[in-house]
Amino acid sequence: MSKGRFGIHGGQYVPETLMNALTQLEEGYRYFKDDPGFQEELKDLFNNYAGRPSLLYFADKMTSDLGGAKIYLKREDLNHTGSHKINNVLGQVLLARRMGKNRVIAETGAGQHGVATATAAALMGMECEIFMGREDIERQSLNVYRMELLGARVHAVTSGTKTLKDAVNETMREWTSRVDDTHYVLGSVMGPHPFPTIVRDFQSIIGREVKQQILQQENRLPDILLACVGGGSNAIGLFYDFIEDAGTRLIGCEAAGRGINTAETAATIATGRLGIFHGMKSYFCQDEYGQIAPVYSISAGLDYPGIGPEHAFLYDSGRAEYVPVSDDEAVLAFEYLASTEGIICAIESAHAVAYARKIAPAMNKDQIIIVNLSGRGDKDVAAIARYRRIDIYE
Amino acid sequence: MNRVKEAFSKGKAFIPFITAGDPSLAVTEQLILKMAESGADLIELGIPFSDPIAEGLVIQRADERALIGGVTTDKIFAMIKRIRFQCDIPLAFMTYVNPVFTYGTERFMQKCRDTRIDALIVPDVPFEEKAELAPYCEKYGITLISMVAPSSHDRIEMIAREAQGFVYCVSSLGVTGVREGIKTNIGAMVKLVKSVRDIPCAIGFGISSPEQAARMVQVADGVIVGSAIVKIVEQYGEDCIPYVAEYVSQMKQAVGCPDFTEL
Repeated sequence: MSKGRFGIHGGQYVPETLMNALTQLEEGYRYFKDDPGFQEELKDLFNNYAGRPSLLYFADKMTSDLGGAKIYLKREDLNHTGSHKINNVLGQVLLARRMGKNRVIAETGAGQHGVATATAAALMGMECEIFMGREDIERQSLNVYRMELLGARVHAVTSGTKTLKDAVNETMREWTSRVDDTHYVLGSVMGPHPFPTIVRDFQSIIGREVKQQILQQENRLPDILLACVGGGSNAIGLFYDFIEDAGTRLIGCEAAGRGINTAETAATIATGRLGIFHGMKSYFCQDEYGQIAPVYSISAGLDYPGIGPEHAFLYDSGRAEYVPVSDDEAVLAFEYLASTEGIICAIESAHAVAYARKIAPAMNKDQIIIVNLSGRGDKDVAAIARYRRIDIYE
Repeated sequence: MNRVKEAFSKGKAFIPFITAGDPSLAVTEQLILKMAESGADLIELGIPFSDPIAEGLVIQRADERALIGGVTTDKIFAMIKRIRFQCDIPLAFMTYVNPVFTYGTERFMQKCRDTRIDALIVPDVPFEEKAELAPYCEKYGITLISMVAPSSHDRIEMIAREAQGFVYCVSSLGVTGVREGIKTNIGAMVKLVKSVRDIPCAIGFGISSPEQAARMVQVADGVIVGSAIVKIVEQYGEDCIPYVAEYVSQMKQAVGCPDFTEL
């Protein structure tokens, strides 16, 4: 029987070679999830290594500048390695080690997940190999060197569009060739069951903290949660604890690239259709014959043709909304946040900031928007300079 | 008799694979006819996919060439229809689940029946997700082929029990592609399948030489060869037909000759 469904989405559409590994992972996770020793070790890593809890920061200047709803920023960018990716990675690498694996592999888009995986592998003494599209290696050369400093081997993926989707293909291929001693640290709430559930559980710390923090600071729940969505891990991490709170709107910001009416977009909900790919049933950008579309976004981390199955389900059920945000809007928001709040956020997160700028002015002053700043933007500075046609020494 | 079964009824089967539309559908059409003449017992025809995660580089490149050349599922069906006026060889489609699902699973199977496609191999639909395809396969009389892998272990029984046509035994971990040596104990794998169900077993992934093929059929009912043929297509392009035909007849001879390894 098919497992891991979110409505009609999800499932386990992978080659037979991987099925036993997925079953072992599911069993291992089910066991350690409720193991006090495991949870304690993870909590210790979160608090004393990753720097949790991350701040919930009231963006005072941004709030008064926009003149509407109060804006809070969840500062996942302040985590060790600079993004929310560390939450999932610490959980998965710890799990892999407990399950007796000594090697981890991972795909990466912007390099954030690769860096986080390499970090956890270094910390826990595991061999680490990262697969990254040739195109992304060029966009994010600094992160490649960071991974190498951390002891990982980085493989350039030259097939297909040479971006995140192809990196996932190649990591899956690598996993089928060496499945016994290797764990695939999938970086988002996507792929075959049990990954969407495991990754969501490890990321849901974000929303749990937010709930506690906003109740402390405002004594009420937020009106709107905003997060950028590629595969959707930071978004589900923020949303998950609020799904039952009907008064809080959940909005995912997709990368529209050069616009949803162009071919150069990665907005899956806006332009995709139901399909089955990378182990899951969900929405994908594809043509009428089911060939996966070569998507585009300025943000390597959102440059993915699909969306996690739980998001697809939240969209179907109407519980969450998904909106497209273009490159131009994201870059403007990136610059805006830097100059108003003194925070250089990841270009991925800037998609959510952009949407906050759009909707906050029309909201009441007593309403609250919380934006997930999923990562910091040091990695993007060179790309933004290029976008602005400014020559800098990298 | 079901034509998939027929493929295994005249001794050990040789099953070549090519990607439809590589380098063009006209060449694919000729290749099918020539491979059938050269002794192929069943032909596996790949519907190219943008992201073939079970394939090694050779077939990845073939898929890419075919898609750049403008091949679509509809054009492939039209080509099969033409072939059926001349050739009755058992044919299996090998593709990924998304091209089938997005085409419309029922519509896809209907077209398979109309063009007399006999079987379907979809590597990213494991046993647990069979219900995605099996009801439609059944409705339109298409045999859905099951795969077992070296990492299947205790799953083999469950898979074999419901298998149809033949069982595709994956020789090695990893993706398709030519391998020097195959380390898996294929004999044990086949034995386990057959202990559950009397069904032909064909070995695929990594086989390229007549010697390897001959060794494989000592423990199995047939061999599937893809990358080695696609490599010939890649090397000779439009002119590949006689080279592929020659290779297929060599391989057929090898699997048909039980004492090959002693020759």
